[in-house]
Amino acid sequence: MTLAEAMPVSGATVAPELVLRVEGLCVSARTEQGLKPLVQDLSFDLTKGETLAIAGESGSGKSITSLAIMGLLPQPAVRVTGGHIRFGGQDLTALSEPALRGVRGDRVAMIFQEPMTSLNPVMTVGTQLAEAIRAHEAVSRSEARKRAVEALRAVRLSEPERRMGQYPHELSGGMRQRVMIAMALALRPEVLIADEPTTALDVTVQREVLDLLRDLQAQLGTAIILITHDMGVVAEMATRVIVMRQGRQVETAPTTDIFDRPKAEYTRALLAAVPRMGQGAARPPVAGEAIARLDDVVVRYSLRGGLLGRVQQNVHAVEHVSFDIRKGETFALVGESGCGKSTIAKALVGLAPHQGRIEIGGQAMEGLDAAGLKAMRRKVQMVFQDPMAALNPRMRVGELIAEPLLIHGIGDAASQRAKAADLMARVGLEAAQFNRYPHEFSGGQRQRICIARALALQPDLIIADESVSALDVSVQARVLELLRTLQAEFGMSYLFISHDMAVVDNISDRVAVMYLGQIVELGSRTQIFDNPQHPYTRRLINAVPIPDPKQKRTTSPRASSEIPSPLHPPGQQPGRVLLRDIGDGHLVGTEI
Amino acid sequence: MAVYLIRRLIQSALILLGVSFITFFLLYVLPADPVRQIAGRSATAETVENIRQQLGLDKPFIVQYARYLGALVQGDMGRSYLQKTEVAELIRSRLPATLLLMVGAIFCELVLGLSMGIIAALWRGRALDQTLMVASFVTVSAPQFVVSLLLLYVFAVKLGWFPIGGYGTFAHLVLPAVTLGILGSGWYSRMMRSSMIDVLRADYIRTARAKGLTRARVVLRHALPNAILPVIAMIGIDIGIFMGGIVVVESVFGWPGIGQLAWQAIQRVDIPIIMGVTLVSACAIVLGNLLADLIAPFIDPRIRLR
Repeated sequence: MTLAEAMPVSGATVAPELVLRVEGLCVSARTEQGLKPLVQDLSFDLTKGETLAIAGESGSGKSITSLAIMGLLPQPAVRVTGGHIRFGGQDLTALSEPALRGVRGDRVAMIFQEPMTSLNPVMTVGTQLAEAIRAHEAVSRSEARKRAVEALRAVRLSEPERRMGQYPHELSGGMRQRVMIAMALALRPEVLIADEPTTALDVTVQREVLDLLRDLQAQLGTAIILITHDMGVVAEMATRVIVMRQGRQVETAPTTDIFDRPKAEYTRALLAAVPRMGQGAARPPVAGEAIARLDDVVVRYSLRGGLLGRVQQNVHAVEHVSFDIRKGETFALVGESGCGKSTIAKALVGLAPHQGRIEIGGQAMEGLDAAGLKAMRRKVQMVFQDPMAALNPRMRVGELIAEPLLIHGIGDAASQRAKAADLMARVGLEAAQFNRYPHEFSGGQRQRICIARALALQPDLIIADESVSALDVSVQARVLELLRTLQAEFGMSYLFISHDMAVVDNISDRVAVMYLGQIVELGSRTQIFDNPQHPYTRRLINAVPIPDPKQKRTTSPRASSEIPSPLHPPGQQPGRVLLRDIGDGHLVGTEI
Repeated sequence: MAVYLIRRLIQSALILLGVSFITFFLLYVLPADPVRQIAGRSATAETVENIRQQLGLDKPFIVQYARYLGALVQGDMGRSYLQKTEVAELIRSRLPATLLLMVGAIFCELVLGLSMGIIAALWRGRALDQTLMVASFVTVSAPQFVVSLLLLYVFAVKLGWFPIGGYGTFAHLVLPAVTLGILGSGWYSRMMRSSMIDVLRADYIRTARAKGLTRARVVLRHALPNAILPVIAMIGIDIGIFMGGIVVVESVFGWPGIGQLAWQAIQRVDIPIIMGVTLVSACAIVLGNLLADLIAPFIDPRIRLR
């Protein structure tokens, strides 16, 4: 009983066909203080073939809603405490577990955020796919495998037969997410719930997965519930939007209305916080002296093997990279995962053995002894992506911020304390929070703590490695604003490492685009964003979902293949990219 | 793979060398004098000295060790001081009994421990889980001789279901194997429980449930192979702990294995036998670990032996 057979093919039906109706849904978690509401009084209808986006920031209850529909809430701690979920003449909230099992995967399917961990690592792709089919249809093993291959072909995975025998770790993130989609759509469900399906993927891969979802929806007529925090994805995919906040529906409207005429205050604030390309305030060019200079820096790691541990392959993480960061400027490094941008950050603080020359403040890093390196690290500080992981959970916030001073032996205990309290005020924290622990703060506040810690030594350069990527947009906007204010106040430079083109466009003075360990294009922000020359730069910019439903995206040619590997056998070098100045310091790479 | 095996075998040889050195050294510095044991209380000082020279025990430590090692690499484990039999022969005649007991005991351990662990994980936080965990705690902390004697008393003496001791039939095997199994199962159940709880939280378990699979299939096909990996590594280590327990259990049940042999040898400071049994046990531990490492890639394809 596939959907395509059951439904008339033509789209000429007058009233849109209702597939799923949520009525007054309430979900609560059991805590020591009693029931804590996670979702309150949520109602919506879902019709055939439409894409309904549920947008909101963390804690808005959007993922809980999807789990409630699937009957996958972590019971008994979290359960539905009111309302109905009507689907196919049944109330899903009242179904027994065996009856729900018949619906799950067959008629309502789901794909998740983390493709890396959402597939069972010890089972082949084929087994996991065939198993999903056989759970709902009485078909033979070989028939199920045949259908699984077809499903893999439908999600445009190359060599589907070979993929069947592969394990998840042999596939890239994008390929795994395609497998998840194949698994979800193999049985042609009426409803597909996609919970942040592209959040963990690189932009160019995100683009392909979104295109794929849209194409498959057009073919199968599946209704999609798209759960996302990314207003760009909402604008591109959704026909209707529900904006949620703290478990409640704030606003619901067709997508164009949400973007053009947002009614609720929160929706307006949310949209205002979304970083958009081409809206960064014009900044005067910075022409200071160079704070940091990289000259032909190469970082390679060896993979050893065999009886004598000989080098089998080299990872060419960074290849012949040269650039300088001027005093007071924000220099951005952009690129997709594995392009070597974080390795450059490590090399700059002396944590990655490199060839070539790195100068900080006019002094070369090479040949420094331990004391010299320590002194140099004072000038360069880092702020990482995950603030919770970057803060020792057993130390008080005041101690964390004062620790760099302690390590470098600056001042006595009292002055360190005073300095830490001062820094907390600078980043917008209260001095009363001095003795609190990191877990008592929100994500944005924790990142402020990390920034305060980085500021403690008054460095010349702060490396922000994906520092705002894990934050909600409204928090992200405030942290970016803080970074700008602090730069105006202290005059340090930033090396801003990010995969998010819109954020980079908003904050940077100059931008370098990296691909497979090499810089393929480097120039001022306007040069890169208004006049991108290298095809990879164009592809990156084109792939960014634009938070404006009216803007028709120019379809970019699909990437022919996955990004090649930076692994090479010893003695073999990757093709070198030569940078050519096309005017005003705009460097464009050509492969030789 | 071949490279890996060669590397592991070299490592194993070094481990055995280390074990032999440390054991030999400990026996050398031990205040108990093996010569006194051989000669008896009434022997004259002259006789004692003669025996000492005969056995080469008057030589400096390093010479004694070099001699022992030299003989060992030629396959000669020496002769028992008291029984005058070849140590290799003694061990060979008793090893099958111990191996049989070991297989039986590990089987009991796994069946008891894994099922307790899985059930506890699935009923986490409920009364059943708490009961099982208390039970596992008791088995971990109970002394071996107490459990052996208790089982012996109830099932052999009172009920008469099994023979009181000895060796030969399957019925003889049950009580000693179950004793060792109960004692070891506590570790396995606790490990299995925590590993299972971790795995049940994983994203791919949620995926499996979202596919509409039955609970049994989610647990047995998706969770178990992932959860069992750390337990398999533990079996290798467990053989070491097991060798300790076997000395007591074999003595209580009169099981003619190398544990009993070791027990007698220790009482009489029969150094060649102690050395021989120690080395055989070390071999078993090394092999057990190697076996566990070789099995792991069959369960988890991400593990590659290098």
